[in-house]
Parts: sequence; structure tokens; C-alpha cells
Amino acid sequence: MSEVIAFLKPRAEVLARRSVIIADLADLLPPECLVHEARELVPFETDAFVAYRRLPLAVALPKTTAEVAAVLKYCHRYGIPVVPRGAGTSLCGGAIPQEDAVVIGLSRMTQILEIDTFNRTATVQAGVTNLSISDAVSPEGFFYAPDPSSQLACTIGGNIGMNSGGAHCLKYGVTTNNLLGVKLVLVDGTVIELGGKHLDAGGYDLLGLVCGSEGQLGIVTEATVRLIAKPEGARPVLFGFDTSEGAGACVADVIGSGIIPVAIEFMDKPAIEICEAFAKAGYPLDVEALLIVEVEGSEAEMDAMLALIVEIACRHGVKTVRECQSATEAALIWKGRKSAFGATGRIADYICMDGTVPLSQLPYVLKRTGEIVQGFGLRVANVFHAGDGNMHPLILFNANDPDEAARAEAAGNEILKLCVDAGGCLTGEHGVGIEKRDLMRHQYSKADLHQQMAVRAAFDAQWLMNPSKVFPLDGRPAMGTVSA
Amino acid sequence: MQTNFTEAQLADPHVAQSEKILRRCVHCGFCTATCPTYVTLGNELDSPRGRIYLIKDMLENDRPADREVVTHIDRCLSCLACTTTCPSGVDYMHLIDHARAHIENTYRRPLIDRLIRGVLVAVLPHPQRFRLALALARLARPLASVLGRVRALKPLAAMLELAPQSPLPAAPAGPVPVEQPVRGRVAILAGCAQPVLDPGINAATVRLLSRLGVEIVTPKGEGCCGALVHHMGREAAALDFARANVDAWTREIEAGGLDAILITASGCGTTIKDYGHMLRLDPAYAEKAARVSALAKDVTEFLALLDLPRLAPQNLTVAYHSACSMQHGQKITMQPKLLLKAAGFAVKDPAEGHLCCGSAGTYNILQPEISAQLKARKVKNIEATRADLIATGNIGCITQIATAAKMPILHTVELLDWAYGGPKPAKLAGLERA
Repeated sequence: MSEVIAFLKPRAEVLARRSVIIADLADLLPPECLVHEARELVPFETDAFVAYRRLPLAVALPKTTAEVAAVLKYCHRYGIPVVPRGAGTSLCGGAIPQEDAVVIGLSRMTQILEIDTFNRTATVQAGVTNLSISDAVSPEGFFYAPDPSSQLACTIGGNIGMNSGGAHCLKYGVTTNNLLGVKLVLVDGTVIELGGKHLDAGGYDLLGLVCGSEGQLGIVTEATVRLIAKPEGARPVLFGFDTSEGAGACVADVIGSGIIPVAIEFMDKPAIEICEAFAKAGYPLDVEALLIVEVEGSEAEMDAMLALIVEIACRHGVKTVRECQSATEAALIWKGRKSAFGATGRIADYICMDGTVPLSQLPYVLKRTGEIVQGFGLRVANVFHAGDGNMHPLILFNANDPDEAARAEAAGNEILKLCVDAGGCLTGEHGVGIEKRDLMRHQYSKADLHQQMAVRAAFDAQWLMNPSKVFPLDGRPAMGTVSA
Repeated sequence: MQTNFTEAQLADPHVAQSEKILRRCVHCGFCTATCPTYVTLGNELDSPRGRIYLIKDMLENDRPADREVVTHIDRCLSCLACTTTCPSGVDYMHLIDHARAHIENTYRRPLIDRLIRGVLVAVLPHPQRFRLALALARLARPLASVLGRVRALKPLAAMLELAPQSPLPAAPAGPVPVEQPVRGRVAILAGCAQPVLDPGINAATVRLLSRLGVEIVTPKGEGCCGALVHHMGREAAALDFARANVDAWTREIEAGGLDAILITASGCGTTIKDYGHMLRLDPAYAEKAARVSALAKDVTEFLALLDLPRLAPQNLTVAYHSACSMQHGQKITMQPKLLLKAAGFAVKDPAEGHLCCGSAGTYNILQPEISAQLKARKVKNIEATRADLIATGNIGCITQIATAAKMPILHTVELLDWAYGGPKPAKLAGLERA
């Protein structure tokens, strides 16, 4: 696709020193931890926002915090940009490198360091996948709550970078609400620790600042996260509706009446068909919209909450209500939902939006989204965290057709602006990355952005860390000139 | 994912097929999580997504394979865990098959690598030669530790270490008469390495099926399924093996009719079920091969159709190791466990069951270091179940896991034969059932 979003111009002085830099990095890392052959760099040129691609200068795959610190210190000393990478599952291009950047990939840092069930915490290296934390503590009756759909593959380090959410965040909160501490390597290689096993620390909430900072304030190498005891039971229930607006209004009413289920997920007809084809979960195919509502607790608790939700759903003309009958069925229902994006690949290429809106606006935004995408002559599938108002329209297109690809991107921008204008925001959980960078001006005033950039500059005055992301390229202060 | 091929490139049916496969991939990265080599090495280049990208780059640019690409493609086990995981339905198996053939056609391997591969290709698919080679290997076994010290010779050391230490078991006595009434007629793949390493597996299958009233034939002219050479990129040789088998079974289908072609090594089953695809471009064979593939069944798939009686519980716990070719290649997950449970065994699933044991055809010889790490991880997970024995459906896994596990490992069908009236397998000498 012809690119609409620009990257920073590579630093000529860095490119000119490429072979020296690689030789120096080879002194800092074991041989298997450095990738620099031209062929081998190609697979690192993108993440799950695959429309945009840039080859990195080199890829470092350190095994220890000390190695991360050594590489950062070196890059800082010579003014070399750095792009952190977890599992490369970012949907907004958060891990896409650039020609003058060293990628620091955390995929070798996969140790679970401590499971402390007494204090209900787990301390892990940043390259540990989200799901393997829950897997590791499951025998003890615990889990780690935030569950991005990519939880099988995405790393906790990446989750912290993007403040990731997930279906079950409606009740348990997103990453920042479940993160207790990090070991952070600053841009100059200094290692600091923020937070710990305790709930909150004195002083500024730097941990809160780091969570969601998209790899621009430092590289997290270890994280201590909160563990939650598994509920006595959990039951996903499928609610089918004749219209998307009806389902949207039902969600707004459920939340509005003070009921907080564990998850309320929304799928429209195209999404239902895509997910059913992959997971064979038994989603109803004769409805226009589907809500997956999960309740948990004792049987009595679940029954009571479900009765209230069914009553509200009936007011919104629910067509079918199906309670899941077994653990296998529940697993399939979630497998289908969590594979929705990838499964879409069976029928088309897609870009996935992440706008979040106040729940009262959900029916309107859903309707307008359909109209916008149709206006660009494309199709859309909606599958998202409805209880949070966190929408994920998947705009379907053909990546081998440059015109369609351009229209998809333009439609995406319109949808995100719509979300902001409806009182919401650009991103609920995926992050800004490269994708939404230039729309930040639609969301924030100059003064707002200046203040955010000032914070950023306090950590990284040279703008070395993931520099092409988050903030529009023009309107950035000259390096080293920002002060808060 | 966007692709960039010219019309001229797409005129090659192999490239056209790979382009279609690549278009399915959305680069979501889910496959990395269940890939044994990514989990072990932590480098995206050694993950399915990384390999897909390397292959895409090589094919789009019409480039001969080079050392870097070959290194990472060679490290792929072809376990196909990625295809089980992939939500987009990327047909990774046929993509990597194409890449391997492309490597074989465009890349000259270092001498020692060529020699080792040459020996494997010349020996393994041929039972007589393999038997002789194993006898020699037993004599040469003391050399393994010396060879293992030289990096390039590690595959030779691995080969010697895999060879069974005790003399090979003799083929058991001939089949028992078929019970009346006859319920069906099936062919059973004799295969190549399995009858040499463990003739008891097919013998148990024949005994069990005969007692169940199933007539069994072993058509003349069948042999290695071709998987071994196919996974080394030797497409022409693989297709020759496939054609020979298709011919043998077609004669049998046309003479007496076949209800199924049974395979007792799931690695072979995956390949035979793919004959229809492998020979799709051969007008003389496409249809016959598709018929053979449609008849091919793992022995447990077939047994599951026979309604075996439920037996009283025995006091034996089986850790069921699902071979990759069984669970990922053929998507057979429930039948073997249900059969074992019906036969009275308690069945346990080891943790990380989706991960390969490192056997993977000739992988444990060609990539001994990664293979050894995967083996250790697998055996640790299996032993954590505290089961009395291990059951699996693939000779490769049996050979691999037996070199490290403390408990005996048998083919599922050997346990079923025993439970349903057959002799007790010799490997279970020390174990008693209720």
C-alpha cells in the first residue's frame, strides 16, 4: 500500500556506522543473541500491523537485564534509536522498527522468576507470554486477569508497553490495574525498580506512567503482577439479537443498571460467521448480533446475575439466549472470540480499529461505523469488548489492491475520529503506535501533547526510544529542548 | 498479508499455491507461541511466522536458497503445531514442503551434510539396509561420544545413540485366523523403519483386528510412504514412493476392495493422507492418489468405528503422548484416548502436550541439539504425570522417548491388543493389571 504514515528519516550518521555498530553489539552479546544478516532482518520488519514495514539495523535478543542495559547504554552513547519488541503482535505497529534502529527483542527472557501465592503475586521476565503466567499459577487456583485476545502469544512486556486490556478487563481492569512493579532499564542503561509486591508506593506513580508508555520511557525487563483467585465457577452465555443497535443498547443498559459481569463481548453477523467457521463453537448464525456475557461466582450468584441480564436483554428484543453447558463448550466459545482477528484472515486482509466510546454512544457509533465503511466501498466485521465500549471494527480489504488498501486506511481514520467526537478516545488497549499517531492531534490539544512530550523527554531527551511512534512527527520540539 | 509475485512467477503451480497460502497469513503471531523451536530458541527466525516471512522473501525475489534461510528452515520440525494454532488457516505444511524442495533444487549443502543426508535417504526407507545399518551401529556405538565432540559429526553420534542397544526383536508369529463374520477388509501399511525397529506393533494390530473380524491384506509392492525423503526436500523421490504405494493399493482396491488403508505410524499417515495433494499435478495418478488418501486411516481412527466393548478398569495409568503427526498433522486427538479408557486404562495428558518430543522423522539425527532439549522437556512433562507407562501412535516418538523415559513406551494398539485378549507386551514384564 502506498504509505500515508511517515516514519522519521533515518539518521545518516547511524546508517554510515552500521558495520561498526554491529561489531560493537557483537562484543556485548553472545552470538546467538544478535541478528544482523540482511536476509535474517526481513522477518523483523513488521508486527501484526503488517501494512507498514521497515528493516531494522540489527536485532538484539538479550537473555538478561544486564545485556539489555549494555545494549541500551551503547545505543544511548552513540545516538542510535532503539525499538523494543515483545512477541511482535501489536495491531498498531508499536514494534515496527526503522532503518537506523536496533530492535531489542525480549523473546529470550521467558523465565518465571517467582510465584508467591501467599502475597498473590508473580514475578516474571518481560518476554513471558500473558497466558503462560495464568498457566503457571493455575494449579494453585490463580490466574492473571488481563487477557488480550493474543494472550497465547503476546508478552507481559508488550502488555505493559501498551497497557493492554482484554475480554475479562470489564471486571478486573486492564494491565495498569494488575501491575505491581517493574524492573525498568532506562535509555542510558540505568536499571531502576518501580513498585513491588505492595499495593502502592510513596512518591509519584511512575509505574502508572510507564504502563502504556509504548517503549518510550525505557525497557521493562521484569514485572511483578497481581494474581487473582479463580472463581468457583464461570459461565459464558450467548445472547442473539436481530439488530446490532439492539445488542448495543442492551450492553449500555446492563452496565447502566450497575451490573458488572466479567465480560460482555459483541460480534456482528460477519464476525459470527468468521469465528464459527474457525472454532465451531455453536454461535447462532441466524442473528445479526451476538453478545457473549460471562458471569462468575457460585451457582446462585451466577443465576441471580443472569436473571437480571436476561430481563434487560428481553426489553431489547433478544432473540436467542443460550447458556453454555460444559467446560469444553465454554472453551470453544472463548477460543472463537479470541481468534476472531486471525480467523478473519480466512476471508480477507483487515485492519483493526481500537476506538473506545461511552456506552451510551455505542448504538450510534456502530451504525455510523457501518455507514463510513460502506461509504468507502468496503465491508466491516465488528467484534469487541462491548462492556468497556472498546470497539474493534475490522475493516476488510484486499492487501494486493493498493486502492482498496488506501480506502481501508482512510475509513479507519474516519472511524477513529468518530469515536473521539462521540466523547471517546483513539485507543482502548492496542496503543497508538504508528497507526494512530497522526490522529493524536484530533484527540489532544497542542498543550496536551506538549505536556506528554515533556514527560517523555524527561526520560529520553534524545528521542531514541521507539521514536517514530505515538507523537505526530511535526510539532515535535527539537531534541533536548523540551522542558516541563 | 500482501504478496508481490509477477504473473510469470505465478505460472508455476507450486509458486501459485504458495502465494495463496501466504495471502492467508495475517502475521498475527499466534503461531510463535506453540512452536517448539521458538519456545526453545526465542528467535522469531525459528518460528513459523519468521519462516513464512523468510520463504516469502525468497520466493518473491526468485532467489536460490542461501545458508541463512536454510538454517532456519532446517530447524523446523514439521510438527505442524502452528497449523493447529493458526486461526487464519495458513497451510504451513505445503508451504514448507515447497520451501524444502526449493532448497534441495537451488542450494548446495556442505559436504558432511550431503553425506549424512545421502546415507539417511539410502538406508532408512529400505528395511533390509536399515536392519544391517542398525546391526553395524550397535557395534559402532562406543564411537558416539567421540563423534559427538565434533560439531559437524554430531548427527552421526545422534544416529548411533538412537540405534537400539539390544538386538532387534524378531517378527512375531503369523496372524491369527479372522473371526467370523468378517466385518471388513483393510490393507495395512508395512512401512519401512517400523517393522525393523518394532515388528510387534503391526503384529498386535493384525491380531486385534483379526479377532474383531477384520480381514487384513499387505499388498505386494508397497513400501516406505515417502515422508522421510519428502521432509528432506527430495520431492521426486517422495513422489516415486507415493506412486509405488498408490499402485499397490489400487491393485488391491480393484481386486478385492478395501474399506480402509490402515497406518500404525502417524508420521506415515499424515503423508499418505496427503498423496492426493502431492500427486495432484500428475494426470496419471491424481485420481488414484486421491482415492488412496480418502481410504487412509490411522489404526485408532478405524478401531474407534468398531464399537469395542467397555472393559473393567485396570490399575494401570497411561500417559498418552500424542504424536505431532497425530494431533497436528491428522487432527486425531480424542480416539486413541477414548479407546484406551474404554479398554480400562486410566489416561493422563502430560502438560505441554502440543509440543514435539524432538523426534520428527530424521530431525533427531540432523538437529541433535534442539532435539535433545525437546526430548528432555517432553520426558519431564510425561514423568510428572506419574503414570505407569506411556502410549503413543508413532514409532519415531517411541524410539526418541524410550532413550530417556524411565517408564516403558508402547504403541496404543499394543495395549489395546493386550486388553482385548492378546498377549502381554514384553515391555510390560514388570507391570501387573488389576
